[in-house]
Amino acid sequence: MTGEKTKTVPYTVPVGPIHPALKEPVMFTFTMEGEQVRDVDFAPGQTHRGIEWMGMRRNPVQIVHLTDRICGICGLVHSLAFARAVEQVAEIEVPARADYIRTIMGELERIQSHLLWAGVAAHELGFDTLLYLSWRVREQAMDLIELISGNRVNYAMIQIGGVRRDITPEQIPKIRELLSTYKGLQEKLLQIFLRDASITLRCRDHGILSPQMARDLCVVGPTARASGIRMDVRVDYPYAAYGDLEIEPILPDRLTGEIRGDVYDRIIVRLLEIPQSIDIIEQCLAAMPEGNIIWEPKLAKLLLTLKKAKGEAVGRHEAPRGEVLHYVRMDGKESPTTWKVKASSYSNLMSWIPMLRGEQIADIPIIVASIDPCLSCTDRVAIVRGTGRSIMTKEDLHRLSVEKTRRLQR
Amino acid sequence: MTGSPTAPQVPDRLTAPAVLEHFTTRFGAGVTAARVQERREGAKKNPNYNLWMDLDRPLLKDAIRELQTLGPVHLSVISGTDMGETIRLIYTLSLYYGVRHGEYTVNFAVSLPKNDLTIPTISDLIPGAVFTEREKQEMLGITVTGIPDNRGLFLPDDFPKGVYPWRKDETGIPDSMVKNLWEVRRPKGRPAPAVTVAEGKGECAISEKEIVEPAEKPKAAPKKPAGKEAEGAGRTASPPAAKEKDSPGKPAAPPAAGKEVPAPPAPVKKEEVKKE
Repeated sequence: MTGEKTKTVPYTVPVGPIHPALKEPVMFTFTMEGEQVRDVDFAPGQTHRGIEWMGMRRNPVQIVHLTDRICGICGLVHSLAFARAVEQVAEIEVPARADYIRTIMGELERIQSHLLWAGVAAHELGFDTLLYLSWRVREQAMDLIELISGNRVNYAMIQIGGVRRDITPEQIPKIRELLSTYKGLQEKLLQIFLRDASITLRCRDHGILSPQMARDLCVVGPTARASGIRMDVRVDYPYAAYGDLEIEPILPDRLTGEIRGDVYDRIIVRLLEIPQSIDIIEQCLAAMPEGNIIWEPKLAKLLLTLKKAKGEAVGRHEAPRGEVLHYVRMDGKESPTTWKVKASSYSNLMSWIPMLRGEQIADIPIIVASIDPCLSCTDRVAIVRGTGRSIMTKEDLHRLSVEKTRRLQR
Repeated sequence: MTGSPTAPQVPDRLTAPAVLEHFTTRFGAGVTAARVQERREGAKKNPNYNLWMDLDRPLLKDAIRELQTLGPVHLSVISGTDMGETIRLIYTLSLYYGVRHGEYTVNFAVSLPKNDLTIPTISDLIPGAVFTEREKQEMLGITVTGIPDNRGLFLPDDFPKGVYPWRKDETGIPDSMVKNLWEVRRPKGRPAPAVTVAEGKGECAISEKEIVEPAEKPKAAPKKPAGKEAEGAGRTASPPAAKEKDSPGKPAAPPAAGKEVPAPPAPVKKEEVKKE
């Protein structure tokens, strides 16, 4: 926080820790001059759950299921990155078919995540019709994910050494059907988002992140690409089935011929990544090899191998929001000695500061949402009521949920 | 800012072993361990490379500077492990991003003895490092000298000082701070559901009430960090703070007293009557 809270210019405007304009718990402190943001500071960790601490007391197979629950939107990215790290430590070879299934699921997830974001962005702009439209079409991706994995979120597809469920021949026509539906929608989505006068006015040249700033702040994913940084783990660093595919990073100049690094460019990148994902899934379906889907289906055997594993490794994956990285160190014990989760938004949050400086107060929500922040939550809930602030613990929440379940059961 | 995509210009990209060799020749004995980890995935088995180097602590910044001369560098994260006598920090960077199949993960590891847990900041070389350095300070209790922003990051303001979640020694999380969710269980003599749906009261009204109560509770609770006891006591005494003072003996009673005791809000009683 820069300076004291004052009642004279510059004003201090707090936004958060929970605020209707933000979809995630984060505390912003804006220093305002009239309508203009002079400076901004933020404090994450409003709901830090200590997942890494929990993981260091569990065995790797348990952690896989914990990683599924790190993020409510990306159920696969963390488990994939974690599994890849552990597989390297234990020198486990993943069957090629499993790599393809991982890739297909990763891309289905990207489609639903980008559509979800498109809806949120529309909502932040006050364009709720578009929110409903985006989320309606997103449901089709969710249905397909449910068909393959059995669940809309927390898919539990990844296991160390492979995947837990195969993609059956009967599912393939369904996947293709979805892909062609989305192909048909693509033009419409681009038309609505990019040729709309008010979206263009609100987003063009707002929330600019220069390429230099993006490099300096180690920004990742669509946020980096929208600023012209040619960076995509899927392309740069061959892993899973991505190394077999013909893909290129998507930069906004593909559509407009220029890169401005503003909110509008971030919309372009995400919207164009949906057809890219469709293309990747098609390539995967065409080339998918036969064979096993997991290195060792028996958990006891797998755990025995993991217990003996010693070493350290990093597992990376390009999540919908950018690079996810898990560092794992195992010392021949049941639980890993160290587990560090680096989510994509971890790298992206700092970019808020240069983006928001000099912007109008009304543009704060869309700029904040433009990096697609994901501050997954729930250990603690802060309750702000009047002037007081108190914390609800996990026990309180647990008790409330048990009580609610009982009530519903009646 | 109009212009062509900033495609990194990497005319003479080194192979992964050559990068490693570059560092071992440049820093000699300062690189105490070095290895290239090659991993091949997918059907075509295209390789990706992870480089690992253990460095003497004073060489860290030079090594990062050296890496930046080779090509575009991205810092992913700094990880850390409590190794007992030392704390091992791993700086995970990547080199040559933007080159198709050309990126290497580069991990620099340095060891900090427990009696001198300091490391210079690298935020002058990579400004984005501040975020992860702040996290290392609060999670591992190290001191990053010259860090431009010395505040905490993820841990709450009321987190005890001198406790570092990732440490495995006496400064780690003490057992008294650990809350096992499974131990919470249902409270003995648990309150009956506040309102039934059949009574036609909206869900909102219910949750509103439920949230109001515990909001006042933690003032008393945090001082008794242990699970069950504080939990049970907090609940029975929660609604009006006055009651808590009046009857400190109450929390002991619930097991015997059964359902009647903790039912504070009026609607609960209604429900109980119904049930019985």
